[in-house]
Amino acid sequence: MTASQPWTPDQPIVRIADVYKSFGAVEVLKGVSLNVMKGEVICIIGPSGSGKSTLLRCINALVPIDRGSIQVEGQETHDPKLNKLELRKKVGMVFQQYNLFPHKTALQNVMMAPVTVLKQNKAEVEVRARALMKKVRLEGKEHSYPGELSGGQQQRVAIARSLAMNPDVMLFDEVTAALDPETVKEVLVTIRDLAEEGMTCLLVTHEMGFARELADHMYFTDRGVIVEHGPPKEFFANPRDPRTQEFLSQIL
Amino acid sequence: MSRGTDLPVLLPAADRLAERVRREREVGAPIPQLRARHGVWLAGILVFAAGVAEAQTGAAAESILTILLKWTPLLFQGFIFNLAISFLAMAGGTVVGALLGIWQISLLPPVRAGSWLITQFFRNAPWLVLLFFCMFLLPFQIKVFGLVIPLPDWVKATFGLALPVMANVSELVRGAIQSIPSGQWESAESLAFNRRQTLWMIILPQCVKRMLPPWMNLYAILTMATVLASVVGVSEVMTLTGRVLSAEGGRTDLLVPFYSYILLWFFLYCYPIARLTVRLERRFAVKS
Amino acid sequence: MEAFFAWFQWLYDETGVNLTYFYDSFDRARMIGGFFMTIWLSLVCLFFSTIIGVVGAWLQGSRFVWTRRIVQGYIQLFRNTPPLVQMYFFFFALGNLLPRVKNEYGYLEPLFDNFTWAAVSLSFFAGAFNVEIFRSGIEAVPESTREAAEALGYNRMQAYLYIVLPLAFRVCLPALNNNLVNLVKTTTLAYAIAVPELLYVSNQIWSDSVNVPEMMVTLLILYVALVGLLVWGMHRWERAIRVPGYGT
Repeated sequence: MTASQPWTPDQPIVRIADVYKSFGAVEVLKGVSLNVMKGEVICIIGPSGSGKSTLLRCINALVPIDRGSIQVEGQETHDPKLNKLELRKKVGMVFQQYNLFPHKTALQNVMMAPVTVLKQNKAEVEVRARALMKKVRLEGKEHSYPGELSGGQQQRVAIARSLAMNPDVMLFDEVTAALDPETVKEVLVTIRDLAEEGMTCLLVTHEMGFARELADHMYFTDRGVIVEHGPPKEFFANPRDPRTQEFLSQIL
Repeated sequence: MSRGTDLPVLLPAADRLAERVRREREVGAPIPQLRARHGVWLAGILVFAAGVAEAQTGAAAESILTILLKWTPLLFQGFIFNLAISFLAMAGGTVVGALLGIWQISLLPPVRAGSWLITQFFRNAPWLVLLFFCMFLLPFQIKVFGLVIPLPDWVKATFGLALPVMANVSELVRGAIQSIPSGQWESAESLAFNRRQTLWMIILPQCVKRMLPPWMNLYAILTMATVLASVVGVSEVMTLTGRVLSAEGGRTDLLVPFYSYILLWFFLYCYPIARLTVRLERRFAVKS
Repeated sequence: MEAFFAWFQWLYDETGVNLTYFYDSFDRARMIGGFFMTIWLSLVCLFFSTIIGVVGAWLQGSRFVWTRRIVQGYIQLFRNTPPLVQMYFFFFALGNLLPRVKNEYGYLEPLFDNFTWAAVSLSFFAGAFNVEIFRSGIEAVPESTREAAEALGYNRMQAYLYIVLPLAFRVCLPALNNNLVNLVKTTTLAYAIAVPELLYVSNQIWSDSVNVPEMMVTLLILYVALVGLLVWGMHRWERAIRVPGYGT
């Protein structure tokens, strides 16, 4: 395990080096390496079971890794002495199933973590939360409960909720996979706005059009390894590896 | 319940029975199902039996109604006693049981194993045996900080009834916590909530709704079970009724009128609770 | 064996922990008698409550409105009232109504002894639940299943025996298990009418030998072990015969 180093913006904000992870007898990640610079948008695509979601969960230490190293802003994430909560204040995650807290309103969902975890002043947090709700275009829905919102609206609240912690990196785990095609667009627009403001984003997604337009770098994973990666133009136009070609031909 | 086939292999009666079994196992005992007509029938039996007894008494003797009314204040006191025991046992059992239930999902193996053992132990023991246990083994007074607190019989009986309540609430809480989707734990974790915050602010509030109907069913069962205290000698409504009947000369024709009178009180108390439980069950089922 | 029992006498002498049912043969006999009485009472009630359940379920399908109503009334009465009250009613109210007979000593005694009344009361109590359970079991199997069996060549009797009843049984078993466990726990109520089951016998022993804590702990452990064993066995059986897609 590499020791933590002081970080400067010219170094990768997320550095994944040779990560291995098995669940029991099944090896899900077999030596994955990946670097993300600050402000970049990375899209990871691949067939199901290729380890994409697991990789994201390893970055914010929801899932421990067996071998290798993941560093976020120079901080080794799988250091046993690391305070995981500190890491999660820097890395936000949005899930496929939104996972909003159903017993709280949208505004309370957004406000909960900064107030409880960061112990910030409630009035200040409320101002920021309302601004975030406005940013994800859900002004007026502050007092709705998740059960009253559509899938796309819930997902945008989930994004606002993660943004409320002021993370430096955002992870998106197939966030549009559970949505109707009409509502997918509103979520993608929100993510695009975020990216254009300079947020570092790692997306696991099936939305190829979105990826092609927005990604700075594309990665294709299959069965636990990164098969191919490159800038989207080249990646989509001239995939080199036959596995990439087969996958792209199936979905495009 | 979708089966993947249009034609039923088994009819809805199977699902209904399975649902009933699930609810019974949640609270560890069969759940009474009270309907308004039960009250009507009970009142009818009371009137009929009183009429029969009336026909057997001589003209000079007191009428049944007078006898019932004469003893009502005393019996009502006993009934209030039963209700008090049920409140306190439920309150105490719920608090400790909730803690036990939370400890059953603790990350520390000894805490988890210990609380599971305690829960299973007190769930399997018959309620009467636990009553005896507390009646005989709890001291008749305890010394706390130099103060001597007497423990009368009914307090010990309350303790004895609180034990099975504790065990069943523990199971209820554990089941409710484990029924919350793991996505809630994940998203709370990724928002940097620690385990304690996640449990108390996110998981448990969601559990309360789904625990309320079975918890209320448990209370109905407990209220009926307070009559067990009569076996261990507590002066609650059943023992008082027995004494009243002997005072009236041990007349067998008074048995049914008196006991159906008492049962009618129990019914009038438990019926509104049962209706509320059914309404809550329906409301919470629709939302989820 | 005697040495094993004698050790408990030593235990009493040395530590004051008095487990008389080990070293004293009289108490030992009483204890074993009480334990078997509990089991015997449970078995008797299991048997009769099953019969009551079958008869009641069959009567519930009757054409006559009043038959159905009487059965329904019986179920509702015994389901929703405390079993202790039911037992008192049978023993005191009905027991007094029945005539008395002369026993061998020439004294008048009640026609039925307290064990009989306990058995009757608990059988009716458990039987009420059984009626509903069996009814649901029968209703759960579609008529078309029986028709299909007959179309395959089974006669009516065989169709019931080999197809319908096994299916109905699998549906009923979890509920029947619940009922049995509840029944075993409820046999303790027979204490109230002086049936010498485990609780009553233990009471007698601790009244004689004043070893209440030891007896209470023994009692608790015995009951928890008995019920626990029953519950575990029932779960195993349920898992083995369950119909996938249904059940708890």
